[in-house]
Amino acid sequence: MVAGTEVGRTAGVAPLSRNAQAVRLFERPIVLRLVSIGLFAAAWQIAGLIPVSFAFPTFSDTMAAFVRMMADGSMVTAYGSTLQPLILGVVLATFAGVGIGTLCGLWRPGEWLLIPVFIVLQAAPVAAFIPLVTFIYGIGMTAKTLAVIILALPVIVLNTYKAVRNVNGSLLVMSRSFMGTRWQEVFKIILPDASPVIFAGLRLGVAAGFVGVVLAELLITPTGIGDLITFARSRADYAGMYATIASVIALSTVTLVALQWIEVRVFRPEKRGG
Amino acid sequence: MRAAVVRNEAVMNEPAADAIVEVRGISKTYGGVEALRDVDLDFPRGKLTSLLGPSGCGKTTLLKIIAGLIDADRGSVVVNGKKVSAPGPERAFVFQDFALLPWATVLRNVAFGLELRGTAKEEREAIARRYVADVGLAGFEDKYPHELSGGMRQRVGLARALCVDADVLLLDEPFSAVDEQNRRKFQEDLIRLRTNQNKTFIFVTHSIEEAVYISDRIVLLSPRPGRVSRIIEPDIDRSGDPDRIHRDKHYLDTVEEIWQGLKQYVE
Repeated sequence: MVAGTEVGRTAGVAPLSRNAQAVRLFERPIVLRLVSIGLFAAAWQIAGLIPVSFAFPTFSDTMAAFVRMMADGSMVTAYGSTLQPLILGVVLATFAGVGIGTLCGLWRPGEWLLIPVFIVLQAAPVAAFIPLVTFIYGIGMTAKTLAVIILALPVIVLNTYKAVRNVNGSLLVMSRSFMGTRWQEVFKIILPDASPVIFAGLRLGVAAGFVGVVLAELLITPTGIGDLITFARSRADYAGMYATIASVIALSTVTLVALQWIEVRVFRPEKRGG
Repeated sequence: MRAAVVRNEAVMNEPAADAIVEVRGISKTYGGVEALRDVDLDFPRGKLTSLLGPSGCGKTTLLKIIAGLIDADRGSVVVNGKKVSAPGPERAFVFQDFALLPWATVLRNVAFGLELRGTAKEEREAIARRYVADVGLAGFEDKYPHELSGGMRQRVGLARALCVDADVLLLDEPFSAVDEQNRRKFQEDLIRLRTNQNKTFIFVTHSIEEAVYISDRIVLLSPRPGRVSRIIEPDIDRSGDPDRIHRDKHYLDTVEEIWQGLKQYVE
């Protein structure tokens, strides 16, 4: 035990040896992340070279297809039509979801009226409702936006509701003892205290929103990213198809990371760097 | 030689010369358990009064009733001559579990009472900086609670209560979640703070030594139902070296006397 500690300490103090320096480099999160992405790309490249399937392109072909589709404008046009309902739906679901969830957490009748609906919605295979949405709202923007909302809303509402219900009671008593009003209680205590769980719900909700918009474009309206995937597949342009799918995944990941950044910056500064 | 002035019930019911807080016939029952029965007490202005007793004697309940955080079943609380039933600006509470906002810096936590009252940001932060320094946390203004030790967190809680400039500070076992060494240091600092702050302190504790060490007046409560059993005024000189108090004869005698009185309630 003691010897182990000594060794650890020595490695920490003596950055001169090359070994220790290499270890240091690997401890940096950014390096580890890049290594992780590099390994993934290499595995993909090898799997594509074997090949696993004639419909499975290599990593380099996929990247080339991505550059080609960016250059000819097809990717840009597709995102233009996909992002509009996605952003609109996610923003609406965020505000409505946090609002409804907070209301249900604070107000008993709201909880009894609304929470069962959202529990059912979360349990149901909501993708099956998407054709129904087409019947009612046709194949335009409205239908796509609604698809995003019905997938994103339940998890946002339920997480917000749970977080608000489980707020730290002693902070509420503290606020009361310093004569805080009900509004101050909600905005200065309850929402910041609930924000980690609310943001966990938002991350799940935004991810579900991406699912919603792609599903809608595959199932209802052959436009945007969904159409690009279908179109590439129909021409056996597998590299193009994978490039499109990978770009959606990348965008979704970047969005979630941005959301986390907002959470730490704006709501929970104490978690910065921690 | 008299170690302490012990008052009997008859004297106790007379209003003290200048009582800032008066408790009149307070009773409280929690789900069949009688926490407090017919408690009459006066808290003299500018003094530190401890509520001392074994667990279950209702001392925290009484403190929270005075704070207006719990409603009494019967009886009333009068502060500065006015009957109160809710929290007010003349009272400030220090919590056993600190109750700090984990997402706020020390400075914002200390200023939070003023923030709730709508004091402008610059003004409240200037006031908060002064009290942060007063409780010995200068240099920690921008830290977050999780970066502080238990003792330092409670200093933040105390500074927050001082910041709103209340006449009465209500402290609910403030040192019970603080380790022994820090508690000693904090008790010494509290004695020092008291002399410059000129406020009335009502202090709940289950530690006999702590009560005798810091109090002008100790109210002993008996458990189930909580009632005032005795009031003791330790006659201890607190000027000079705080370490000397622990070896003071009056201090040791008073601790022993209270222990003999409380022994019967400990099973």
